[in-house]
Amino acid sequence: MIAIVDYGVGNLFSLRSSLRALGAEAEVTRDAGRLRAAGRIILPGVGAFGDAREKLEGTGLVPVLREEAERKPLLGICLGMQLLFDRGFEYGEHPGLGLVPGQVVSLRESLEDKSLKVPHMGWNSLDVLRDDPLFRYFKSGEYVYYVHSFYARDCDASTLGTSRYGNVAVTGAVRCGNVWGAQFHPEKSGDAGLRLLRAFAEL
Amino acid sequence: MLARRIIPCLDVRDGRVVKGTNFLRLRDMADPVDMARFYNDSGADELVFYDITASAEGRNLFTNILRRVAGEIFIPLTVGGGIRTLDDFDRVLKCGADKVSVNSGAIADPGLIAAGARKYGDQCVVLSMDVKRVEGRFRLFAKGGREDTGIDAMEWAVKGAAAGAGEIVLNSIDTDGVRRGFDLEMLDELASRVNIPIVASGGAGRMEDFAELFTHPGVDAGLAASIFHTRQVEISALKAYLRDLGVPMRV
Repeated sequence: MIAIVDYGVGNLFSLRSSLRALGAEAEVTRDAGRLRAAGRIILPGVGAFGDAREKLEGTGLVPVLREEAERKPLLGICLGMQLLFDRGFEYGEHPGLGLVPGQVVSLRESLEDKSLKVPHMGWNSLDVLRDDPLFRYFKSGEYVYYVHSFYARDCDASTLGTSRYGNVAVTGAVRCGNVWGAQFHPEKSGDAGLRLLRAFAEL
Repeated sequence: MLARRIIPCLDVRDGRVVKGTNFLRLRDMADPVDMARFYNDSGADELVFYDITASAEGRNLFTNILRRVAGEIFIPLTVGGGIRTLDDFDRVLKCGADKVSVNSGAIADPGLIAAGARKYGDQCVVLSMDVKRVEGRFRLFAKGGREDTGIDAMEWAVKGAAAGAGEIVLNSIDTDGVRRGFDLEMLDELASRVNIPIVASGGAGRMEDFAELFTHPGVDAGLAASIFHTRQVEISALKAYLRDLGVPMRV
């Protein structure tokens, strides 16, 4: 069973539907026992870093997530991936979960070409830098769907793939031990995204 | 590199797609779920659904359809039509929409954009505008293009972006239905005023119109309805054609 962490941020409809379409059993939950019983965990998220961090803290699940990340595959998606890092700088500085080394910073400030639009929204090709079981059914250069204004930096050792936006190599996918992260939305990335989720479900 | 997007738009009334489906050689030519599947398989980058029903019964049919589409099509879905309150946002987001498009509802209550953006994020709020030239100025129209609001369209767009709209769909009433190309002059003017993604709508008649559209760097996506529904332009062929011209496309 895949446990989708419910901490009140974002729309879980399509994530649940896409896992169902793959035939994977999934449950949206904020129950520590269910997270412990799950074979895999997905940490979703849409919104702002600090607010989401506070809400996650409010569920009391942070210690559970830290423990379970030692034992089973955990995938953070979009803001859920950003929360995996040490720190985030959206509306002030906020501590992350520290499961992946690195920090989450403003994309706008890093872009040299100020005419580029932020959020980075739409389909961008994901260049695979490091082979990984997550890419078992995915070809480097396939397009995935992004919507975000902040991105992870100083995480080269964990970076699996990036997408080019202006002068920035946007961190698209990361891995650190049992912990994976996707800045894009696999559940909105058509067939390519479903194949990534399938690989995660099979890890 | 970020791809330009091709977006088919489905106007739904009482559970059926109503615009330009008469030539579509699909099993059920006007079933929105079948059409969504068809477009998903053709490589559409996103789908837009407009609910043009007036009745409560039609609205229920629409949300059921939306739920079915969202349950099996895994590309972004934008939903518009009759969005007047945050409850309307909530209703369609719960059915699987990713973005909510506001038009007349935002004209009636300009606070709707900021309220939606604050609650669901900028990326969730799409400002849809029907615009027409009146006395040499771009004028905002409401109620499906039937009512001149007297508002300057470009000023409205700037305000909308500042209030938190994450994207603008610009529908030119002047070129809509004429099929002789997008309203590039109007689009360029908008692109010079806002720095959020712009979706061009109104006027596409053939593949070359999209090629010309994407020579304009400020335009992120092209939206059309009947030319796709009639299969006068096939999305898969269109995207291959544009890619060969060097336009970044997800193919």
